[in-house]
Amino acid sequence: MTKEYKTITEISGPLVFLEKTEPVGYNELVTINLPDGTTKRGQVLDTSADMVAVQVFEGTGGLNEESGVVFTGETIKLPVSKDMLGRILSGSGEPLDGGPRIIPEDRVDVNGASMNPYSRMPPEEFIQTGISTIDGTNTLVRGQKLPIFSGSGLPHNEIALQIARQAKVPGSTEDFAVVFAAMGITSEEAQYFMEDFEKTGALERAVVFLNLADDPAVERLITPRMALTAAEYLAYEHDMHVLVILTDITNYCEALRQMGAAREEVPGRRGYPGYMYTDLASLYERAGVIKGRKGSVTQFSILTMPGDDITHPIPDLSGYITEGQIVVSRELHRKGIYPPINVLPSLSRLMNSGIGAGKTRDDHKAVSDQMYAAYAEGRDLRGLVAIVGKEALSERDQKILEFADLFEDRFVRQGRDEDRTIEDTLNVSWSILAELPEALLTRVDNKYIQKYHPAHKSK
Amino acid sequence: MKGEIYRVAGPVVTIRGIKPKMYDVVQVGHEGLMGEVIRIEGDKATVQVYEDTAGIKPGEPVVNTGMSLSVELGPGLLESIYDGIQRPLMVLQEKMGDFIQRGVTANGLSREKVWEFRPTAKKGDSVKGGDVIGLVQETENIEHKIMVPPTISGTISEIKAGKFKVDEIICVLENGTQLSMMQKWPVRKPRPVGKKLMPNKPLITGQRILDGLFPVAKGGTAAIPGPFGSGKTVTQQQLAKWSDTDIVVYIGCGERGNEMADVLNEFPELQDPKTGRPLMERTVLIANTSNMPVAAREASVYTGITIAEYYRDMGYDVSLMADSTSRWAEAMREISSRLEEMPGEEGYPAYLSARLSEFYERAGYVRTLEGQEGSITVIGAVSPPGGDFSEPVTQNTLRIVKVFWALDAKLAQRRHFPSINWLTSYSLYTQGLSGWFGENVAPDWVTLRDNAMDLLQQEAELQEIVQLVGSDALPEDQQLVLEICRMLREYFLQQNAFHPVDTYCPFDKQYKLLKAISKYGEMATAALEAGVPMKDILSLESKDELAKVKFEENFQDALDAVLTKMDKEFAQLGGK
Ligand SMILES: Nc1ncnc2c1ncn2[C@@H]1O[C@H](COP(=O)(O)OP(=O)(O)O)[C@@H](O)[C@H]1O
Ligand SMILES: [Mg+2]
Repeated sequence: MTKEYKTITEISGPLVFLEKTEPVGYNELVTINLPDGTTKRGQVLDTSADMVAVQVFEGTGGLNEESGVVFTGETIKLPVSKDMLGRILSGSGEPLDGGPRIIPEDRVDVNGASMNPYSRMPPEEFIQTGISTIDGTNTLVRGQKLPIFSGSGLPHNEIALQIARQAKVPGSTEDFAVVFAAMGITSEEAQYFMEDFEKTGALERAVVFLNLADDPAVERLITPRMALTAAEYLAYEHDMHVLVILTDITNYCEALRQMGAAREEVPGRRGYPGYMYTDLASLYERAGVIKGRKGSVTQFSILTMPGDDITHPIPDLSGYITEGQIVVSRELHRKGIYPPINVLPSLSRLMNSGIGAGKTRDDHKAVSDQMYAAYAEGRDLRGLVAIVGKEALSERDQKILEFADLFEDRFVRQGRDEDRTIEDTLNVSWSILAELPEALLTRVDNKYIQKYHPAHKSK
Repeated sequence: MKGEIYRVAGPVVTIRGIKPKMYDVVQVGHEGLMGEVIRIEGDKATVQVYEDTAGIKPGEPVVNTGMSLSVELGPGLLESIYDGIQRPLMVLQEKMGDFIQRGVTANGLSREKVWEFRPTAKKGDSVKGGDVIGLVQETENIEHKIMVPPTISGTISEIKAGKFKVDEIICVLENGTQLSMMQKWPVRKPRPVGKKLMPNKPLITGQRILDGLFPVAKGGTAAIPGPFGSGKTVTQQQLAKWSDTDIVVYIGCGERGNEMADVLNEFPELQDPKTGRPLMERTVLIANTSNMPVAAREASVYTGITIAEYYRDMGYDVSLMADSTSRWAEAMREISSRLEEMPGEEGYPAYLSARLSEFYERAGYVRTLEGQEGSITVIGAVSPPGGDFSEPVTQNTLRIVKVFWALDAKLAQRRHFPSINWLTSYSLYTQGLSGWFGENVAPDWVTLRDNAMDLLQQEAELQEIVQLVGSDALPEDQQLVLEICRMLREYFLQQNAFHPVDTYCPFDKQYKLLKAISKYGEMATAALEAGVPMKDILSLESKDELAKVKFEENFQDALDAVLTKMDKEFAQLGGK
């Protein structure tokens, strides 16, 4: 299959059409030799006895009908090896750090096969991130996919890095690694991540894939797949616990939309392809734990919500697939609170299996529920106070209003390097819950009040 | 007849050289990938392929099986977990490991497993479609009835007893027809029934807001629409766990793999409240998760409902949960757009509404062909984009179903679960089931419930005033209404699916809880009229203690203690 075809009939956006080929496989990898001696890579999108459509990853710039097309006979594969750790690769897997090519232990299809649901082990191992709004109220567990929903200009990168630095399973010394994939972010942002990785020594345990803002958008469609392939390899072949950070999912989706438009597909909601849910699922669902295997893949991706709108198709479809979301709030950020995580729209769906006696602490769930209820009510009351004044509130409501402030100030707010243990987090929780009249603690069983409430505990 | 592939574009493959019928199953390519004919045009036909098509080339062979997409029905369905085209995921794992590779076939029912067949018909009996000819103990509590397939009838010339595999002959008719314990049925065709009857019994779910305010009837239809994180899946799983139904078919349609793993993990451990046996023994799972092939997702809903119909035909009450029907609709949209069909609203095919109603129409309370009563209750989750209920899937579904459980993101955000909005939800069965509730729960149940609904309605109106002037500006009797409603919401409506006791609430307990809240309301109103200050009425300890009785292992004692205290406290307030 090394025959070169010079039968291009049409070039349109990122797509190339050619005719009169031998039978070509769907999704097959293609190399294109340009007249100037450079090569580009692409993938077969549509193949029939008469015509083949190829999507070109590096863009079609410089291509013409003289270009030669070679079909490789296989789908896109990533050479993988444990030596990838510490390496910086391009968005399509080529070394960027001046180091040698990866000597592959294996070559793996980047699209990955879907994990058999029967083989999955429900994730339940608590990961302590040291951030109270996550550990206390939106707990992350190994094998979970829990993205950050943020907005432009908000400190999501700092939060992601703080998590990458601090995340640990208390009491465990198992092998871990970070796989970082940049999709369409600026080189400055990428630099910010790289410097932190270098400073903390995390780079040695990391595999980095960089597709930056000025790299071709089409390449963005394979970058996360490369990253997840590397992650799965390290997790399932080398028993590592891998934390995957994909940033920015929004840029990925924009590339998807661009490709859809180039193919003249019928667009779905707000111009995004109708299959975006399925496509995103093929990324997010590549997190998990497999029965009988030691490693795991945890995804902590970053998604900036266009216009801070959580109902925008990108966060919306993501939220339908991921196991919760951590929502960064502009309002809290303006108030000068770091990390500005708004717990109300945030959710960790796997929290219940990761917390409680023997995992975190027996009162964890009750404490979290109680804080949610009181904080939600307190925030509503803020709105009311703006209209009727604080005096119009009942005594009970005033207490709840004060709780909301305490919650933001003592529970949410913490230092950029402050690594709270889960005990710390729960203790802070009790110290602010204790400011509420005890009768209002309807979500907490009496036995926990007796055991942990500062008013009872010391007795 | 052999044909060949003409074109491959994702899950849609065009073939030529054979003349298939619509919906014929074909084997595509050298690996024999399974597909279904969905369009015929001239000498070409379009096939939706149930497996990944990467690497498949034009010119590869295609074989027509001549059969429609069918499921295998017989002993061994229970406790299984299947993909959308009834391949057992356990077998797939044995054959190809932890990741699903393509080109592997697997029978829906094991050909090795041996079942004890006890005939109930005898030589010389004349039998027709749907008649039971024998029994197999499928799980500890479920007796699997071996039925004559719907299209067959005749006189039995031979019937065996003993241990058999599902495909061995156990009965022969005089006309030469041979019957085994297994039958096949095309999934897109509803199995026939004797007669559809009116649903008149509630499906008891142990979920207070459902049983209490918005009940669904056995054989009825319900939809749970809601944005992500509002509680669709937890509600569906609660229904699968605690409903008083004989059989549960749970379809994970285009949703998360871990959720299915969770069910697989939990159900063998949990007990059916009715029989005390592990829940898994009454359950069939279909898991075609979001990352599994989209054409098989489209099929999964049909696979599930056909299995449900089969157990209904035995005279069982079956509940079917489909999570989520929106993903099914999206699968239709994806295939339709690959076919370049004229898109309807929001890109969905024009036949969306027809497909949805055909599906829900397969629910019902029926007289089976044999004359027994059986039912299928269908509960579909709907995932509207952006949580906007005006979108086509929600709207088309609401036109069909009789119960609407509207999930509300606002409630979920404050951890009010189940976050079913009590003002916008409805059940069209409420009236029809009132008689049943009066007889089987308590004569005053319906009054209690209607009063509670009235109060909640009032609360919504009062809240609007509070938003303008604050609650202290309200007259005291209205403040009391607000307090009673808070109790209704927190003590009664809120139910924690993850609390070992609260997760399931028997009807008797639901009644007593509601009655206790109502009792406080009456006594408080009387005290207020007698001139007791509002502040004192609100600060009764018994009122706060009532919040927690629902969590008590020993509910009755806890409740009695609170009620006694309540009497005492009101007496001390005096007034009267
Ligand atoms: N009845 C309930 N009791 C307690 N928690 C619930 C309940 N319903 C939902 N939740 C919480 O809400 C989260 C999201 O619910 P889920 O059913 O997964 O939402 P959806 O399917 O609508 O996206 C769950 O992970 C759980 O934490
Ligand atoms: Mg769900």
